Amino acid sequence: MTPEFSLYPVLREVVLLAAVSLLLIVDLFISDDNRHVTYWLTQLSLLACAALTLATFKAQPVHAFSNMVSDDWMSDVLKFVSYVAVSLMLFFSRDHLKARGLFRGEFFGLTLFALLGVMVQISANSLLILYLGLELMSLSLYAMVAMHRDHRQSSEAAMKYFVLGALASGLLLYGMSMVYGATGTLDLNGIFTAIVGGKANTSLLVFGLVFLVSGVAFKLGAVPYHMWVPDVYDGAPTPVTLLIGTAPKLAAFAFVMRLLVSGLQPLVADWHAMLLILSVLSMIIGNLTAIAQTSFKRMLAYSTIANMGYMLLGFVAGISRQDPLIGYAASMFYAIAYVLTTVASFGVILLLSRTGFEADKLDDLKGLNQRSPWYAFLVMLVMFSLAGVPLTIGFFAKLTVIESVIGVGYYWLAVVAVLTSLIGAFYYLRIVKLMYFDEPVDTNAIAVRGDAHFLFSVNGLALLVLGCVPQPLLALCYKALHASF
Amino acid sequence: MPYLTLSILIPIVAGVLILALGRADRLPLVRLLALLGALAGFAITIPLYTKFNLATGAMQFEELSRWIASYNINYHLGVDGISVLFVLLNSFTTILVVWAGWVVIDKRPAQYYAAFLIQSGLINGVFCSLDAVLFYFFFEAMLIPMYLIIGAWGGPNRVYAAMKFFLYTMLGSLLMLVALLYLFNVSGGSFEIQAWYQLPLSHKVQVLLFFAFFMAFAVKVPMWPVHTWLPDAHVEAPTGGSVILAAITLKIGAYGFLRFILPIVPDASRTLSGFVIALSLIAVIYIGFVALVQKDMKKLIAYSSISHMGFVTLGFFLFSQLGVEGGLVQMISHGFVSAAMFLCVGVVYDRMHSRQIADYGGVIHTMPRFAALFMLFAMANSGLPATSGFVGEFMVILAAVKVNFWLGFGAAVTLILGAAYTLWMYKRVIFGKVANPNVAALTDVSTREFWLLAVVAFAVLAMGLYPKPFTDVMHQSVADLLAHVARSKL
Repeated sequence: MTPEFSLYPVLREVVLLAAVSLLLIVDLFISDDNRHVTYWLTQLSLLACAALTLATFKAQPVHAFSNMVSDDWMSDVLKFVSYVAVSLMLFFSRDHLKARGLFRGEFFGLTLFALLGVMVQISANSLLILYLGLELMSLSLYAMVAMHRDHRQSSEAAMKYFVLGALASGLLLYGMSMVYGATGTLDLNGIFTAIVGGKANTSLLVFGLVFLVSGVAFKLGAVPYHMWVPDVYDGAPTPVTLLIGTAPKLAAFAFVMRLLVSGLQPLVADWHAMLLILSVLSMIIGNLTAIAQTSFKRMLAYSTIANMGYMLLGFVAGISRQDPLIGYAASMFYAIAYVLTTVASFGVILLLSRTGFEADKLDDLKGLNQRSPWYAFLVMLVMFSLAGVPLTIGFFAKLTVIESVIGVGYYWLAVVAVLTSLIGAFYYLRIVKLMYFDEPVDTNAIAVRGDAHFLFSVNGLALLVLGCVPQPLLALCYKALHASF
Repeated sequence: MPYLTLSILIPIVAGVLILALGRADRLPLVRLLALLGALAGFAITIPLYTKFNLATGAMQFEELSRWIASYNINYHLGVDGISVLFVLLNSFTTILVVWAGWVVIDKRPAQYYAAFLIQSGLINGVFCSLDAVLFYFFFEAMLIPMYLIIGAWGGPNRVYAAMKFFLYTMLGSLLMLVALLYLFNVSGGSFEIQAWYQLPLSHKVQVLLFFAFFMAFAVKVPMWPVHTWLPDAHVEAPTGGSVILAAITLKIGAYGFLRFILPIVPDASRTLSGFVIALSLIAVIYIGFVALVQKDMKKLIAYSSISHMGFVTLGFFLFSQLGVEGGLVQMISHGFVSAAMFLCVGVVYDRMHSRQIADYGGVIHTMPRFAALFMLFAMANSGLPATSGFVGEFMVILAAVKVNFWLGFGAAVTLILGAAYTLWMYKRVIFGKVANPNVAALTDVSTREFWLLAVVAFAVLAMGLYPKPFTDVMHQSVADLLAHVARSKL
């Protein structure tokens, strides 16, 4: 048996690729009335991937294709959450897409291609594969942002996203080429060995590292590489915004883990300082700017920037902690908690929107409690989760990342983190205020499909349940990282 | 039987049940469920008192199980002589609140009752937690229902008040969170509050921790100068919200001093006791004067609360048995008296829809029974002997005189000021000629209102005449605490 030729580690990617191809062909032969066939095929392929993840699960990492990809516990967890996020996005956006003429084969095809890119990034163990996955994801997302062809904002957002994204890819590629030049290999483990062996030119490496971190920061949307986030979030069709806000963040987490923590670990002193600056700036600027927003989507965009800042805190703990995995696991927990919360936060925009009405202004949430107490309650959970208030998963997400920075003695950073989260609490509370204290402006009945209603409720309640019983997920994150690195 | 878990869960479950079953057309059912939930919640806490072992200062009714193993966080509950009375007080006050809202609340009653019941369960959790994260969990979570109560059922400026309340308290508690995580790290990975009591800490660290905790609890008490959220919150909150705020929420701050600050950072507490005493005296005297000039009844009582809570913190930082017990007695007494005062304002507010003192006058002619009950509470608020208000204040003043005569003198000024602002307000509202046609049209207290106030009146008198059942409970725990604080941790 030669593991080199085993397809098992990439089985899910292969299945997904086959499914997209099939889906695109099938879609050609069905009429607009039967478009739901494509929709269900998409859901089915996600289900197949999820089932395969569970069925082929192995705790030990498996490497394949000359160590270019690795299938480990961490990638299983992150991929699984990605499937869930994408699937929920599709369930929530079905009516929304139909009402806007976007319920088309391309949408589903591109969604799955983007997901495939995410999966490739999560599993990549070589600079080349990382880059390939990133581009596959980004190109699909550029096209999706532009899907509203005749919509000015949408086109503008796509243009910005594309130009800036291409720039970031260029930076990343430039950085990669320097790392390659310094170490003579693209393989992340090889890079690690080369640096530890003292064969690499450190100043060249650090120079390349700056570009790598900039590229990653762009993908995360961390300050000062955040300018695209609000415009793209606001301009893109909401389902696409949801997609950009979820699975790619998990990919970015895996990106940081593989590239910085696994490959460039010897340069921790350098990258940890860079991440520290990104994190502090993101927390401060993201939270402060969010206050001034009147658009719900823009507010969530700035909230994303701030949240990525908190997520990076866990990586900062990699510097001197005896067991840095505690910090990384905290970041992973944060990323997963953030994705679950974000799906619900954009989900509510999708559910409340109708034909000709986007529900993406803050005022559209006014008096939601009187229109639907249940949705108001769920959105309240989402907001308190984003604010990091107990009873929700967001509290433990913040608690664990702040614990990890205190664990390495960065007390000032912990104080910055809690003070900025106080600023954040202000605008999240304002949403609760709009829903509970104000009179409704919009009095149309809320009509939501049964499956979307059910899944949205499950999603919202999951924030509460995981906020009271976070142990399984916390332990899973730690174990997964422990087994993978 | 896990009494503590039940005392947390019963109100919460009742609240969730009300939310699930509450529709606009099911008001009687909602009320009944709320009352049953509150009564059951109180009933389950009674054994905490009757089965309480007076001989020990250690934790009783302990429950311990793993909660979050990754961070060594436990679901650890227990009460000692310091906390047990507040669990009872909280569960008792919940009944009052449900009862007070009985016919008054017509806007979304299910959510109203559910918010109070859930909050009641969460507050019991605060008083019972022996694990720091569990404590923090309840401590923050209980802000949510109060935020909604003030914002959804409050007065005209409710949104401002609700936001201020939430953000102010969150600011304090977040700094405490940093302190908790610091202690977790230096203690080698334990969130057990009692394990931290034995932790040696340098003086500099103790001072920093002191201020981190102090921010959280001083805002909650509230102490001058971080008290400004309270008048706003009190004035805008519905009657029930004011009652819970004054009777229970403020006590959590003072309780935090005894559970965290004194035993964890005893040396810093001793060096900084002058600072706390100074702030307490400012609260007692300056805020007393501020209360004197208030035109709004609720605001006046709010300032009076700050002034009375100044007594509590003063008593704690005298480090004597008499002082700490006096502070605790004052807390319980203030729980009854301030609740009653707000209920009294609620009674007239429901009829007149005004809290301005100037809108009243001569209420005694139309509401004699009310005037009599209100008189009793006004006297208790001024610290008249034979009411509960006297006991705590007297104990604290005695303890203060033992330390320094002028300290005691300063504290005793409150007896004059308290009487001045309370009785002057009482005079303007109740006595004199009938001021206007609205007052002439007032009807006296209904049977519901009468019994509501009578029950509290009974408690106020009973505690004033025979405080021993209360002090006995706390005696041993306070003695142990002081013995612990006397030892240096340096």
